[in-house]
Amino acid sequence: MNAGTRVAFVSLTVAIVASAGFIAAYATGGSHVDEGIALTAACAAFATAALAWGSGILPREQVTDIRSDYPSAPPMRLDETAEVARVQHDLSRSGALLRLLYAALGLFGLALIVPLRSLGPSIDGTLFHTKWRKGSRVVREDGSAVRISDLNVNSVVTVFPQGAIGDPRSQAVLIRLPGDLEPATQGYIVYSKVCTHAGCPVALYRAAARELMCPCHQSVFNVLANGAVVSGPADAPLPRLPIVLTGDGYLVAAGDFPEPVGPGFWERS
Amino acid sequence: MIERLLRWVDDRVGSAHFVSHALRKAFPDHWSFMLGEINAYAFLILVVTGTFLALFFRPSSQPVVYHGPYTLLDGVTVSEAYASALAISFTVNGGLLVRQIHHWTALVFVAGIIVHMGRIFFTGAFRKPREINWVIGVMLFVLALLAGFTGYSMPDDLLSGTGLRIFDSVVLSIPVVGTWMSSLLLDGTFPSHAMIPRLFVTHVFLLPAAIAALIGLHLALVWRQKHTQFPGPGHTEDNVVGSPLFPQYAAKSIALMFAVTAVVCALGAFVQINPIWIWGPYNAWQVASPAQPDWYIGWIEGALRLGPPWALHLWGHTIPSPFWPAVLLPALLFSLLLCWPWVEAALRRDRSSHHLLEVPRSVPLRTAFGVALALFGLGLTLAGSSDVQARYVHRSITAITEFYRWFCVIAPPFGFVVTYFVTSELRASGGVQKSPRVRLRKNARGGFEEETIP
Repeated sequence: MNAGTRVAFVSLTVAIVASAGFIAAYATGGSHVDEGIALTAACAAFATAALAWGSGILPREQVTDIRSDYPSAPPMRLDETAEVARVQHDLSRSGALLRLLYAALGLFGLALIVPLRSLGPSIDGTLFHTKWRKGSRVVREDGSAVRISDLNVNSVVTVFPQGAIGDPRSQAVLIRLPGDLEPATQGYIVYSKVCTHAGCPVALYRAAARELMCPCHQSVFNVLANGAVVSGPADAPLPRLPIVLTGDGYLVAAGDFPEPVGPGFWERS
Repeated sequence: MIERLLRWVDDRVGSAHFVSHALRKAFPDHWSFMLGEINAYAFLILVVTGTFLALFFRPSSQPVVYHGPYTLLDGVTVSEAYASALAISFTVNGGLLVRQIHHWTALVFVAGIIVHMGRIFFTGAFRKPREINWVIGVMLFVLALLAGFTGYSMPDDLLSGTGLRIFDSVVLSIPVVGTWMSSLLLDGTFPSHAMIPRLFVTHVFLLPAAIAALIGLHLALVWRQKHTQFPGPGHTEDNVVGSPLFPQYAAKSIALMFAVTAVVCALGAFVQINPIWIWGPYNAWQVASPAQPDWYIGWIEGALRLGPPWALHLWGHTIPSPFWPAVLLPALLFSLLLCWPWVEAALRRDRSSHHLLEVPRSVPLRTAFGVALALFGLGLTLAGSSDVQARYVHRSITAITEFYRWFCVIAPPFGFVVTYFVTSELRASGGVQKSPRVRLRKNARGGFEEETIP
C-alpha cells in the first residue's frame, strides 16, 4: 500500500467516524459547536481523501485538446448567410404585417409590465409632512409628556408628537441647553431625529460642542445654528421643530417642521 | 451496469460522442484556474443551507411578543421575522450552525468572485473570444452583492433595519424616478410592512434563480470555448493542455469542494457572525454605533461617508448628496468593468482572439489600471469602518474621513504610475531572473567546483 492509498484509507475512515459523530451530536441535543466540528472533520477528511487519490493514486496523465470548434469554417458561414437571406426574403413579402407584429409585441410587453404599478401607492405629500401639528404635546417613547422641570441642562431625550408615538418620520430629539441660549423655551430645543443625509437616527449628542452627530455616516449638525451642517456628507440642515411652553409648564409644538424631514428626494426644492 | 446505462441513454439521445469527449476533456493544471470553482461550490452550499433556513424563517413584520430561550429579550415586542430568526438560532437543532455557515459562505462567495475576477483580469483571460463570459461574470458579481445585502437585511434586527433605511435613502436620491422607485419597492414609505416579504422573495427566489441561470451559461461557455492556458512547453494558441476531466481533474475539484465546505463549517462552528440577539430588534428611532455592513458593501458605505455634501437644486427639484457616491459612482465603476474588454482592445488596437494568457508584468497599462482600481476599492472599503478605526488610533472620525478622502484621490493615480513603471521595467528585462541553482562539489584535486542542479 503506497502513501497515497494509506492517506485515503485513513481519511475515509475518519469521514465515517465524523459522520456518525454528527448524528450523535444532533441526537444528543445539538450544540452547534459539536455539530460543526463533526461536519468540518468529515468534509476535511473527504477533501484529504480526494487530494490523496488525485495526486498519489491515479496515474498522471496529460491530454491535449485542439481548438477547432470556432469560428466556423467559411463554407458554414456562407450557408448561414444564405439561410438568413432566405428567411428575410420569405418574410419580406409581408413587411407591413411584420411592422404591425412588432408594434403589437411592443404593446403586449408594455401591458405585461404595467401591473408593476400595483407594487406601491402614488407618491403624495407624505414625505413633506410629519405628524407634528400646532399644539401637539411633546411626549417620550413611553407616552409621558415632557414638563419644563424634567430635563437637566445638557440632557437629551427622543420625543414624538402625542398620538403618534413611534412614527418613524416624526421622531425628534429634545435637548435642554443652558437657559440663556434659548430663553423663550428655558433652554429647550427640538430637532428632527432623521438625518438629512441617509435617514439614520441622529442619535449622538456632543454636549460640550453643542453638536448632534449621526452614527451612520458621521454628519455633524450645529444645535446653536438651526441645525446647520458642521461636517460630514449631509447636504441640508437638520429641521428644527418650533415649540412653545404652555402656561402649566408643558412643551407643545407650534406647528410642523418648516421643511421636509429626512433625506433629500427629487420632488423637494 | 454503467455500460448498460450508457447504452440506454445513447439509444435515445446519441450521447456516446459527447460522453467520450467529456471524460477526457483537457483542464489546465495551474492552481489559479480553480479560483472560480470556489464560487460554484460556495453557491451550492448557499442553496443547501439557505433552503434549510427558509423552511423556518417567517418573512413577516407582524409584531409578536418574544418568549424563548434568549431570556434577555423575553417579553419584548419584535417582528415575526426577528422572532423566527432567533428561533433558528436558539431553538432549531442545528439552526445556528446552518445560519452561521450560510452567512460565512456568503462572505466567502463574494470574496471568491473578486479573487477570480482578479485572475481573469490580470492575465487577460477576458480578451476576445471571452468577452461574453466577462460580462456574465460582472453581472454575477453584482447579483452576489445584491443577494448578500437582501440576505442580511431580512432578520429585521437593528443593524439590518438601519442598512435598509440607508438603502431607501439612496433609492430616493435617484433623479426623477427615485421617489417612485422607493414607493414601489416598499409599498409606501420606509419602514413598510411589505419590505421583509419582498426581500424574502428577492433573496430566496429571484436572485438565486438569476445567479443559477448565469452560472449555467458561464460554465457552458467555458466548456464550449475551452480554457485559456499560460504559455509553456507544448502550449499554443490552437490547443489546450491539461489533466483529463475524469478522474484526474475531478479528484482535485472534489477535494476543493470539500475543502471549501470544511472551511465554512469550521467558521460556522467557531466564529460567531451577525449575532442578531445582541443587535436587538429594529426600531426606527434607535441605531447602533459603531455600525458596519458586511464587508462587500463596505465600499458603498465608505463612499457615502466620504461623499461630498453637495445637493444639486434644479428648477424646484433636488438631487441629494447620496446620489453621487452611492448611485453614480457604482454605476460608473460597473460600467467601466463591463466595458473593459473593449476599452483595452481599443487602447491596444488588438481585435484578434487570444487563448494564451499574459502575465501581469507584460501588460503594464492593464496591470496599472487594475492596481489603481483595487486601491480605490480598498480606500472606500476601509473608510466604511472609519468609526471603528477612530477608536483604535485615537483620532477624531472627521480626521479619519479626511485621510481616506485624500487616500482615494491620491493612492489610485500613485499606484497606477508606480505599477506602470515597475511592470515596464520588468517587461523590458524579461521578468525577475531566477539565478540557476548550484551546489559545490569537491573535485579530485581537492578544490571545489560549481555544479548546476537541473
